[in-house]
Amino acid sequence: MSTVPVAVTVNGERRELDVEPRLLLVHLLRDHLGLTGTHVGCDTSNCGACTVHLDGEAVKSCTVLAVQADGAEIKTIEGMASADGTLHPLQEAFWNDHALQCGYCTPGMIMSAADLLQRNPDPSEEEIRHGLEGNLCRCTGYHNIVRAVQDAAKGQVSGEQARPPATGEQGRENVEAVGRAEAGGL
Amino acid sequence: MSATEATPRAGNGHVGRSLRRKEDPRLITGRSRYVDDIALPGTLYVAFVRSPEAHARITSIDASAARSYPGVSAVFTGEDMDAGGPMPCAWVPPGVDVNNPEHWPLAKTQVKHVGDPVAAVLGDDRYAVVDAAEQVLVDYEPLPVVLDPEEALKDQTVLHEGLGTNKCHEWSLGGGDVEAGLRDADVVIERRIVNHRIAGAAIEPRAVLAEDRAGNLTLWSSTQIPHILRIFLSALLGISQERIRVIAPEVGGGFGSKLQVYGEEIFCAWAARKLNRPIKWIATRSDDMAVCHHGRDQIATVRVGAKRDGTVTAFHARILADLGAYNLLFTPMIPALGAFVMSGVYNFPAVQTDVVGVFTNKFPTDAIRGAGRPEATHMIEVSMDQLAAELGMDPLELRRKNFIPPHNEPHETAIGVVYDSGNHEGALAKLLEMVDVGALRSEQEQLRSQGVYRGLGFCTYTEVCGMAPSRVSGPSGFGIQAGGWESGMVRVQITGAVTVYTGTSPHGQGHETGFAQIVADRLGVDPQQVEVIHGDTATGPEGLDTYGSRSLAVGGEAVARAAERVADKAKAIVAHKLEAAPEDIEVRDGAFQVKGSPDKSMTMAEIAGEAYVPLDLPDGMEPGLEETAFYDPENFVFPFGAHACVVEVDPDTGKVKILRYAAVDDCGPAINPLLIDGQVHGGIAHSIGQALYEQVVYDEDGQLVTGTFVDYALPTANEVPTFELDRTETPSPTNTLGVKGVGEAGTIAGTATVTNAVIDALRPLGVDYIDMPLTPMRIWQAVEAARGGGGGPRASEHGRALDEHGGGAAGSGPTSPTEGGAR
Repeated sequence: MSTVPVAVTVNGERRELDVEPRLLLVHLLRDHLGLTGTHVGCDTSNCGACTVHLDGEAVKSCTVLAVQADGAEIKTIEGMASADGTLHPLQEAFWNDHALQCGYCTPGMIMSAADLLQRNPDPSEEEIRHGLEGNLCRCTGYHNIVRAVQDAAKGQVSGEQARPPATGEQGRENVEAVGRAEAGGL
Repeated sequence: MSATEATPRAGNGHVGRSLRRKEDPRLITGRSRYVDDIALPGTLYVAFVRSPEAHARITSIDASAARSYPGVSAVFTGEDMDAGGPMPCAWVPPGVDVNNPEHWPLAKTQVKHVGDPVAAVLGDDRYAVVDAAEQVLVDYEPLPVVLDPEEALKDQTVLHEGLGTNKCHEWSLGGGDVEAGLRDADVVIERRIVNHRIAGAAIEPRAVLAEDRAGNLTLWSSTQIPHILRIFLSALLGISQERIRVIAPEVGGGFGSKLQVYGEEIFCAWAARKLNRPIKWIATRSDDMAVCHHGRDQIATVRVGAKRDGTVTAFHARILADLGAYNLLFTPMIPALGAFVMSGVYNFPAVQTDVVGVFTNKFPTDAIRGAGRPEATHMIEVSMDQLAAELGMDPLELRRKNFIPPHNEPHETAIGVVYDSGNHEGALAKLLEMVDVGALRSEQEQLRSQGVYRGLGFCTYTEVCGMAPSRVSGPSGFGIQAGGWESGMVRVQITGAVTVYTGTSPHGQGHETGFAQIVADRLGVDPQQVEVIHGDTATGPEGLDTYGSRSLAVGGEAVARAAERVADKAKAIVAHKLEAAPEDIEVRDGAFQVKGSPDKSMTMAEIAGEAYVPLDLPDGMEPGLEETAFYDPENFVFPFGAHACVVEVDPDTGKVKILRYAAVDDCGPAINPLLIDGQVHGGIAHSIGQALYEQVVYDEDGQLVTGTFVDYALPTANEVPTFELDRTETPSPTNTLGVKGVGEAGTIAGTATVTNAVIDALRPLGVDYIDMPLTPMRIWQAVEAARGGGGGPRASEHGRALDEHGGGAAGSGPTSPTEGGAR
């Protein structure tokens, strides 16, 4: 099948590819660029799991052709945290408020919520619920998602990073001791 | 002995804290890994050719055009598959005949439902295989279709010729003399209660990736049951079990729909061996709606007898279960699960459940969140409200009149099921602190005069869960063809960090956090340094996976026991090093201390150093620090609670708005309240979906009308309220944690709560009963019929009269329950 050239800037990085004209944006991101944080849940634009930002606005990438994104700036969930690992306020609020369970809808939900807060920085509960009605979640009943968006909007987050724990001093000593014991055995 | 006494809350007090989840950093940053995120070199994608007919004979398949389609590597039909079936049903109850019609991953001669796979097209491009699948020409000779379970029972059209009947089985469970109880009653009510067909609708559709390397098969699947799936892969494909590894990576929701051994899983494993290539199948949403098992679909005839004072004398449920075209893993068992709690939370002296299962030309039903127990609870709790109306009693007073009194010790119901512990009066009392019935009733009265119809509904429920106890549920008991138990393994690493292996397989519940809290307390470490590994048959001991709210009550207990064993060994090491008696060592403030001497202590890292550099261990002690426990409980656990809902119904449009939803649930002492609330939120939302919006609908030809999320109306954030939750904590004496389950509770309690509220709103308009889903059309129709004295205009949806079984487009809402649809 013939291909067409597409150039996109994804999470700040310019990418140039030749793709089938019918390739969906979501598959460009997932299969060609390896950005698998964006998910496919329904194929009919109902669930919003595939939501990304296209030139600053939320779109459902399962119903956008890759060629339509030619020349565009795209942001995905992988681009939400800062380069140094500091979480986006919505990411942190979702974590703090248990606004996710299986996590499958979460990237799309966060991207939609970010779009909502961009348009309406101080939404009421009703505005949040209405604003997120294009994103389906089967796990949470939306209760904690709404809370997380409220908290992010109020700035009730600390701007932290998600870091795994490091090995403590005693642990390092143990490893060295085992190494010495092994060496002694040889 | 109470469970709290048996469980010292020692250690660092991590149990009981609302610790945010250890799972989340990867999920909120897009760094998790679901099946379709795994890319293996040389992968072939699969597109299945599915039957457009609900019942037909396959007369020919011409796959030549598909085979020569660019990029296609192979096309297989049922005749090509030389292994991999027939597909299993794991419920063989002793003394009960269960008809089990044969079916295969690819249909061989006939198709029995729309979506039955007849061929598979494999190629290296996910788009091209779909194009090629359209080139497969299948000739069908249509056969008569039977969709209505009551019609099916007449056997005028028989689905499976070899059986000669559509009836699958009959099964009963009872205790006490129901007929005598009904004779002795002052009042007997009878209701036909239809619990319609719904979907699990996890947002991640099913997904499979299989790879065979020199006889070692690895299968990644979006499944709840990697261990059970491995057993069946071994049996169906004739591969020795140790050569199979099943991995459930990140799984995007299950809700029972991924508690299954699916033909696509078997096919992909078979094809991977046949072609020596990785094989990937990713379901579309349409695949998932058509061939991911459905749930519910029962017609019950419920009879309840009571004395004038409200004392119930007998409860009888006759259930006709629409099983769909075949038995899947637990299809015929599901209604029987409900029978175990058909006593509800009440002291009914006589209770009987009679189940008949019947085959129809639809996709099979099986476990969907709650599995049999939501249906039973709906029958009981809607009937209690119906009885209260009949008696002119307050529905809560009627419930209190019949409650099983508070018990910390086991209580045996009339049917012989032993409830572990309960305090129904207590849960209801706590609920009523949140819900001011007096104020709501007067507001309701006042608003009615203004033409505003509000309703208040309640449900007090219990459920049976913690699926395991082998003597009750195993081959010689209830008939599940495996023992019930769970495993846990706790390994302290050389550095003192801890890895926990569980045989349960979470898909959103938060085991990595909750289990870490349990272990952290027992080992005096921080939960951040306890990593919980799950969902991989190549790691840890054998397991039996996640369903039936079993993970914590069975799997968590196994993990706790393994951690206790590690702690015992650690204490022996500490006692040896610090010259104290092992019984004088306790876990406190993040260390193993000599009681009363905080200065004499060792951290887990120090203990690990001794265990792995074994220069000075007690005599005869093996090096290392890891232990395994297998746990088979004595009994199930029985969570319970009380739910309330306030609705407003517009009689002119039939639209229902939920104004408030409050719930008190008791799942024993909380390990992590944050996770419990999350489970309850989701469960309630699922039940609101079923009560008001969701229905799987087949038309009169057996075509699936609700094949996408455009037609199958999941609730959005706009349809559910902010939930008001509280808990009571009644420990279960069954396990040392005292815990019960909570994953299904919201779904079990919710539909009756919402339905009772809607009926309460409609009573002044003359509507005293209505079946779910309570769509605007149904409600409007009921109100109009009541206004017209029963002879009013018949409403219809999509030009057809309403029908509860998919004979018409019953209850299928518009695009979305939200006006205007999804954005």
